[in-house]
Amino acid sequence: MPQLKLLTVITEALLAKRLIEELEGLGVTGYSISEVKGKGAGPVSASEWEGRNRKIETLVPKRIAEKILEHLEKEYFEDFSVIAYTTDATVVRSEKFDPSS
Amino acid sequence: MLELIGDNLLSPILLAFFMGIAARVVKSDLEISEPLYVSLSIYLLLAIGLKGGVALSITPVGELALPMLATIAIGIITPLIAFALLYRLFSFSLENAAATAAHYGSVSAVTFLACLSFLEIQGVPYEGYVPALMAILEIPGIGVALLLFELYKNDSGKSLTRAVREILFGKSLFLLIGGLLIGLVSGQEKFEPLEPLFVDPFKGILLLFLLALGLQCGNRLGDVRRAGLRVIAFAIALPVLHAALGMLAGKAAGMSLGGTVVLGVLAGSASYIAAPAAVRIAIPKASPALYLTCSLAITFPFNIVVGIPLYYHMAKMLF
Repeated sequence: MPQLKLLTVITEALLAKRLIEELEGLGVTGYSISEVKGKGAGPVSASEWEGRNRKIETLVPKRIAEKILEHLEKEYFEDFSVIAYTTDATVVRSEKFDPSS
Repeated sequence: MLELIGDNLLSPILLAFFMGIAARVVKSDLEISEPLYVSLSIYLLLAIGLKGGVALSITPVGELALPMLATIAIGIITPLIAFALLYRLFSFSLENAAATAAHYGSVSAVTFLACLSFLEIQGVPYEGYVPALMAILEIPGIGVALLLFELYKNDSGKSLTRAVREILFGKSLFLLIGGLLIGLVSGQEKFEPLEPLFVDPFKGILLLFLLALGLQCGNRLGDVRRAGLRVIAFAIALPVLHAALGMLAGKAAGMSLGGTVVLGVLAGSASYIAAPAAVRIAIPKASPALYLTCSLAITFPFNIVVGIPLYYHMAKMLF
């Protein structure tokens, strides 16, 4: 079965909506989003009032994952509490997750 | 004066606030879950809006003009003062000065409610339309502070547009204005059947919300200690100065003693819901630990404990 990347982004709640829009702009066709609790090395989150952090998970081809990571690094990593990572994922019906196929 | 403060301190809503702080100090496992917190805040903002809207519907337009102008003037002047003091006198960084000024230019709904409750206990009447003034004051303060930041920094302005959306359509202002409009359009008679839900239990819900805020403040006690005396002094002196200006403006606009105190409290309060969301987007380099600690953990308790009775005392000298 073909390989995709499972891209996980954990962000302060305030940015979630905006990130989703940007991810879709970069070719993400679907995602899951969940509320998570936790602690990072960054400063106190201003969104404490807006609630917990959000975890966005999406399955994408490697090139899209790379594009997204590059975008996040440029726009968010310096000033916001955002982390992102990828892992390899073996996916059934993987063609569904690649907008170009 | 001390008697007023003591009297205020023993009101149930203040005691609930301290109970929340105490829970954190003794490390109790008491938590108010996020959905409950959000529900309570939706209820409070909508209820304030509805009641204010109904009051607006029976207020002659002419009576509103001056207090509204006074409120807008206060909304523009207070962030300018806060920014100038922080940037020049307290030598905060540009980012932190503008971010903090946005908080002190805007308002705190719960401080406003604590003030109304205080006035009711003291038997001082106030204008029913004051929630409309709160809605007005919520916007310009944040806007002016963010504009100052953009002016000093010559940014692209992209984040400013985002922040403006955040203020205008953020849930707190949206609920407040929505409630005001519903109350205004439907009027007293149609609102009456809703009073058992939106008027009678209001104080009890406010008490629960203050308990939640006490827990949040309790979480930040360490930050207050780290903030240092300079920041604490600022977070106490600035609200007093702003409140004095607010009360002068209220008096000049011909408001009653109660209304003048309310405008003073609105001017002296600092936002910790609308402003942080907008500022986080527009000025990400500013430190949330600083502006939230100032507005939520220092100015808010100061205002509800000492500030409100003090401003009332000051206002009485004007009348």
